[in-house]
Amino acid sequence: MPDSIQMFVDGAPITVSSACTVASAIAIAGRNCRTSVSGEPRGPLCGMGICFECRAMVNGKQHTRTCLILCEPAMEVVTT
Amino acid sequence: MSPGYDTLVVGSGPAGMAAAVSAAETGARVGLIDDNPRAGGQIWRASDKPGPQHGLASTWRSRLFSSSVTLLQGWSVFDQPDAKTLRAERQGLTSDFSYENLVLATGARERFLPFPGWTLPNVMGVGAMQAMVKGGLPVKGKRTVLAGSGPLLLAIAASLKAAGARVLCVCEQAGVSQLLPFAASLAMTPGKILEGLLYKASTCTIPYHAGSWIVEAVGDTQLRSVTLSIRGKKRQVDCDYLACAFHLVPNIELPAMLGCAIDNGTVAFDDFQKTSQPNIYCAGEPTGIGGVELSLVEGQIAGLAAAGQDAQARRLFAARTKLRRFSGRLAQAFALRPELKSLPRQDTILCRCEDVPFGAVSEHSSWRSAKLHTRCGMGPCQGRICGAATEFLLGWNADSTRPPVFPALVSSLMKSAHGDRASRYDTTTVT
Repeated sequence: MPDSIQMFVDGAPITVSSACTVASAIAIAGRNCRTSVSGEPRGPLCGMGICFECRAMVNGKQHTRTCLILCEPAMEVVTT
Repeated sequence: MSPGYDTLVVGSGPAGMAAAVSAAETGARVGLIDDNPRAGGQIWRASDKPGPQHGLASTWRSRLFSSSVTLLQGWSVFDQPDAKTLRAERQGLTSDFSYENLVLATGARERFLPFPGWTLPNVMGVGAMQAMVKGGLPVKGKRTVLAGSGPLLLAIAASLKAAGARVLCVCEQAGVSQLLPFAASLAMTPGKILEGLLYKASTCTIPYHAGSWIVEAVGDTQLRSVTLSIRGKKRQVDCDYLACAFHLVPNIELPAMLGCAIDNGTVAFDDFQKTSQPNIYCAGEPTGIGGVELSLVEGQIAGLAAAGQDAQARRLFAARTKLRRFSGRLAQAFALRPELKSLPRQDTILCRCEDVPFGAVSEHSSWRSAKLHTRCGMGPCQGRICGAATEFLLGWNADSTRPPVFPALVSSLMKSAHGDRASRYDTTTVT
């Protein structure tokens, strides 16, 4: 992968393509995006920024819809 | 504040691209605004891998990139601060975009229907599944079930198979008796028949069950198996992913907020795609679900009409009529069966933002009452997911759309309240 980059999901380093969405990176890392108000694990549903199920903290920004943004080198993603 | 556009187009899917290109090619100053990082909409989502693209997509893409259209990607429109001005947000920045004519090409979203276990991770819409795969999720060897309705199921099954997934089966809820007359009528639309054959060729080794649907998804922290109703018989299938499709819902929130008349869930429009509001046009799925070809024709008509080229626009009326007829037949063939209304149990979550169970919502007589008493539809999706579900399950309609039409940062809303023209806000200070 010539355009591969390293980033962190919940502190663990992973290597992904620079064309990878953050939502896909979270799935590759084997994590779920968020915990619902009643404590259920949740992952992406709509994949187009409407359902807000793929929210996670990205570089310190809470409630980021991870399906809408691409991975960047050294990006820190924290699932919630 | 950005400089004003002769024509501002909201949405860079097929309809928006066609509108923007058509208007720009007449010499108009055109802006194309979209909340996605790339043009193409959901259907023409740019793949990072080089390769043969959908012919229409690459044609329109190259027309767009060689035009004078200003691409405004990644901006979410959420308010209208003044007449002929839209306010949008992008990663902590807020900006206003003013226009003489506006074309709304806001597209559609998937309709999701609740069933036990639908909130488990790895249960998603077919569009999301495809987006995740295009966005880098490896699915090689992953056991995948597709369930729902419509030609999109087959299209996505084919693309997942091409990506290496083990597609176990496709469950189409429409029965054979519904599908056959439609298949026969395809002969009347040559462009579509070719498309259908291509899908069939690539999916012929995938078991396709008509009159079949998802009953339940089971798992702990992730999906483990699904129960399917296959022609009347329950069957449990172990799988890694379930991709669902229960048709599309037009995105009419922004048109509604701008005061455009809504008729039966779609934006009302005239021959030139003009809405009930002066200088506002609408094209593509918000005027009624019709697919790519219809969206392109409507987009061109809207773009040309907005640029004052009525004669040129008129030449496309016949094509539009023909394509609209086809979409009507499609809707009939894949109409959702009433059995799907009894899929959610009383304790099945309906509103995923606020975790409100179906039983708590169905006690109410209207969307408004359910919202006020249960918080259903009050979360960040603003009822876009559960509202569309209750439309089918309970026959309800959302009754009002107010700004912000999309969740926005507090700093952006403050700007809306105070008319502050400063354009940069540090989101880290927002609490």
